[in-house]
Amino acid sequence: MSNAVSSLAVPAPGSKASEPEIRFEHVTKTFGRSESDLFRAVDDLSLDVYPGQIVALLGKTGCGKSTMFNMIAGLLDPTEGKVLVSGRDPFRNFDWYRGKIAIVFQNDRLLPWRTAIENVELGLEMLNVPGAQRRETAQRWLSRLGLGGHENDYPHALSGGMRQRVSIARAFATNAGLLLCDEPFSALDEMTAQRLREEFTSLVRENGKTAVFITHSINEALQIGDRIVVLKRPAKIAYDINLTADLGSAEKEAIREKIRDVLSA
Amino acid sequence: MTQQTLQSNWTSIVMPVLTRIAVLAAPFVLLAVAWQIAASMFPSYLFPSLIDVFLRFFKIVASWDQFVQVLATVGRIMAGLAGAFVIGGAMAIVMARSRATDNFLSPILTFFQGIPALSWVVFAIIWFHGIEFRILFIMIMTTLPAFTFQILGALRAVPKDLFEMVLSFRPTKAQMFRTMIWPSVFPEIVTAWKVNLGNAARVVVVAELVGATGGVGYELLQQQQLFDMAGALAWTLQLVMFVIIVQQILTWIEVVAFRYRAISERSL
Repeated sequence: MSNAVSSLAVPAPGSKASEPEIRFEHVTKTFGRSESDLFRAVDDLSLDVYPGQIVALLGKTGCGKSTMFNMIAGLLDPTEGKVLVSGRDPFRNFDWYRGKIAIVFQNDRLLPWRTAIENVELGLEMLNVPGAQRRETAQRWLSRLGLGGHENDYPHALSGGMRQRVSIARAFATNAGLLLCDEPFSALDEMTAQRLREEFTSLVRENGKTAVFITHSINEALQIGDRIVVLKRPAKIAYDINLTADLGSAEKEAIREKIRDVLSA
Repeated sequence: MTQQTLQSNWTSIVMPVLTRIAVLAAPFVLLAVAWQIAASMFPSYLFPSLIDVFLRFFKIVASWDQFVQVLATVGRIMAGLAGAFVIGGAMAIVMARSRATDNFLSPILTFFQGIPALSWVVFAIIWFHGIEFRILFIMIMTTLPAFTFQILGALRAVPKDLFEMVLSFRPTKAQMFRTMIWPSVFPEIVTAWKVNLGNAARVVVVAELVGATGGVGYELLQQQQLFDMAGALAWTLQLVMFVIIVQQILTWIEVVAFRYRAISERSL
């Protein structure tokens, strides 16, 4: 098994996906105003993510995963280098990505003054989708995620798992091509998280989305990703591997061991 | 449905309402009893009978010439509050967006907060001629700092994580205001109105007492000159009733608009 950086992270020969959906070109991101309090969150990072991939970004706390995430989302601008999403700079072309990127956050971030269905409709409202169509789409996604009958419940009346399902429905409802997920199941109990992971991956694959999934759990990365990128601190690729569907348990265990070694190095 | 079930339903619906009314009324009943005891012990120009006070109260309501004075005062309160809310809201938005503007305006507003309402009355009489403009000016100047600071606080307290979530959908400015900003600040705005309503009701009387030829404040001045305690109380009660009615409307708005809030079975 190879552990060469990025060597396995390119599309398979003959693949139609030659243009990356996300490209990091020697990206560095620093915080702080003066040299003395300068904090380097991302250091000369280069990474390509291809359409249809589910990439699990794995790393210890504070390794710059969220900074990378915010740069893809267009919320942060790199200090050096270039971030491109669908060939454009997401920070400078912020509005161009309306309806093209959807985010599932670590906590559900539901608007407390909106019912479950109204929360799912939020992204569709930004796209000016007519009311009836909006409601029908939101209803369909809530039902798909097992929340039929809870449409008119306010967030405070839902359990943590149900609220996170609503936030997943909200992300899928806009039919965005790129999904960004920031440890969305880390606050849930293992049983609920396991069920939601399965639902999430099948939804991403069924709908042909590209997904970047931030996690600090090796098991979660192995379960969700068809590619795992391990980051060292500050964010720089330490290990990058594509996973195939027919991976045996012995091979998975070997990958798990390798990731452990990289993380503890 | 049996008669027993009907009676049980009636009891379960009506009894809590009656209990609530009794709890609300109890302190006022005690106050009224204490007043009536004082009325039996002191001359009526000091403590008039409550019957006299209520007769005067209803006479004001029944007489258009007198009730129009109450409406004039109510109009001045609402105009002053609306003016202060619009100006204060605009200032708060600018202050929330610009640190420099905040640094410039905050000390001025704090300075204004320290100026007594009576001083604004004197300034208004010296500076302006029109009675209505004087009162509007006094009302705005006395309630403006509180409105501005309360709205500014509400804007700063908009949850950052929810704001970022909405922002991730790339809303227009109008969409961001409608879906995120307004629902976040609305509870604070209702509270600001509730607090400023009481302040405005007190200030408007002072303004009318000194500088007006009509309104509840002016009528109170007349009662003082006639040494008519029943009249003074009856006019005061008109204003109190207005404040209670508007507070109830605001409470009703809170109940309807904030029904999404979780209610704990244990109170603070």
